[in-house]
Amino acid sequence: MSQYMLIMRGTDETNAAMMANVDELMAATRLFIEELAKAGVYVAAEGLDDPGQGVVVHFSDEAPVVTDGPYGETKELFGGFFLLDVASKQEAVEWAKRVPAVPGSKIEIRRVPGEDEVPQDSGKFVKEGTLRESSGRI
Amino acid sequence: MGPADVEAVWRIESARIVAALTRFTGDFGLAEDAAQEAVAEALVSWPLSSPASPAGWLMATARRRAIDAIRRRTALQDRYALLAADPVVDDDIDPDRIDDDILALMFVSCHPVLSPEARVALTLRVVGGLSTEQIARAFLVTVPTVQARITRAKKTIAAAGVPFELPPAGERRERLGGVLSVVYVIFTEGSTATSGDRLLSPGLAYEAIRLARTLAALQPDEPEVHGLLALCELTAARFPARTDPDGSPILLTDQDRRRWDFSAVRRGLAALAKASVRGLGPYGLQAAIAAAHASAPSVEETDWDRIVVLYEALGRVAPSPVVELNRAVAVAMASGPAQALAIVDELIASDRLPGSHLVPTVRGELLARLGRRPEARAELELAARLCTNQRERSVLLRKATALS
Repeated sequence: MSQYMLIMRGTDETNAAMMANVDELMAATRLFIEELAKAGVYVAAEGLDDPGQGVVVHFSDEAPVVTDGPYGETKELFGGFFLLDVASKQEAVEWAKRVPAVPGSKIEIRRVPGEDEVPQDSGKFVKEGTLRESSGRI
Repeated sequence: MGPADVEAVWRIESARIVAALTRFTGDFGLAEDAAQEAVAEALVSWPLSSPASPAGWLMATARRRAIDAIRRRTALQDRYALLAADPVVDDDIDPDRIDDDILALMFVSCHPVLSPEARVALTLRVVGGLSTEQIARAFLVTVPTVQARITRAKKTIAAAGVPFELPPAGERRERLGGVLSVVYVIFTEGSTATSGDRLLSPGLAYEAIRLARTLAALQPDEPEVHGLLALCELTAARFPARTDPDGSPILLTDQDRRRWDFSAVRRGLAALAKASVRGLGPYGLQAAIAAAHASAPSVEETDWDRIVVLYEALGRVAPSPVVELNRAVAVAMASGPAQALAIVDELIASDRLPGSHLVPTVRGELLARLGRRPEARAELELAARLCTNQRERSVLLRKATALS
């Protein structure tokens, strides 16, 4: 068992098709999330706003440079995600096939490594520990 | 599509298919057999050609196998004629009806006429969609043993005439308690394997959490369902810190709390909030105790007074010697080992946990803290002799040796 993220990837065309049918798609997505919850695999899901409203921070050896979205040459845009707790990668794939999505869009499936897979002394733990000490709670 | 893909589709569809077929045929055992035949066929035919709708294929095949089985039963000819005349169209089944059918399936799988082992095996296979092999591996028993439990369970359900329906309102709460306890048993086995050389069986704990989430989605108005889910999530949150790289257990006191799974803690706290709406029940109280630990940055900064109060409440709503023992541990932290020792000695005097390694484990720890080392050592050695988990046993022996 592992958590998998289903990453929705769309293009300008699929985004436009989505917006044309937004109510229907939202209703279908709500039903799909209910299905996920009843199957005991739902962890989280979010959709993102129009990429035109986003900004991008570019890193280099100099100070970070901020530009308006979307993402330059990138053709496929990250539009939202489902986070699922499933028994196998194949199960994540099966759920991905059932996501309400417009033709032309894609879903990328990526595993989220568990806490026990992260090396004990990695920066992640140091950061969380410091955070906890300063707040006194989790 | 390979076996892993078949398995994945089956995980998602099993409960729905067995539930629909049980309603369709009125025979739980027959429905389960037919569904298993469909999976066996999928394992053969899907690698050769993938169906356009794997879920639809499974349902249609299982339904055909059910009709075949009924046809073979001459006594049921009339019913077959009825089925043939009135085919169920799977696509337009009312979603609320499916939810009720899946719940009914859980109530049947956890029915009190079944032995506890049979309830666990049946729930994992029918509701969870696990194979007999997966169940056997999880519980370290043989495949024929699991197979026999399931076969016997189906016969018992038929013999007892257990109906495929939601329990009547008057029995509902009690029967739901039965379902919750099956899920809890699965989780407990996953979080502390009772035998063998591993401490954790995370796969099994995951199955229990999944079942608890399903129950919480189907019975959102039952606080104890959320209480159980919260308890499972908050306990599982500690798994990454509970064993060292070689698999030995690490006690709560010594755990690196930075390794806890904070997403699981957040999910657990959210479920606990839902469990708290009408006062906490036994699962909710245990979850609240787990939450007190999960919210504490260290053992020293843990609100032990609150934990003592929660154990006292738990002891009143669900009295048990294990709860008493845990209360003793909390009292030791809140008020010192001497008061805790009195609780443990009372437990021993009333012989309420005979043969358990937990009593001498706790007594040994308390005596050690009181500086009574030879007695502490004897207790820990006794605990090691009684303990069936090899990992825990070696920790106990190490502690005993350190006291000499």
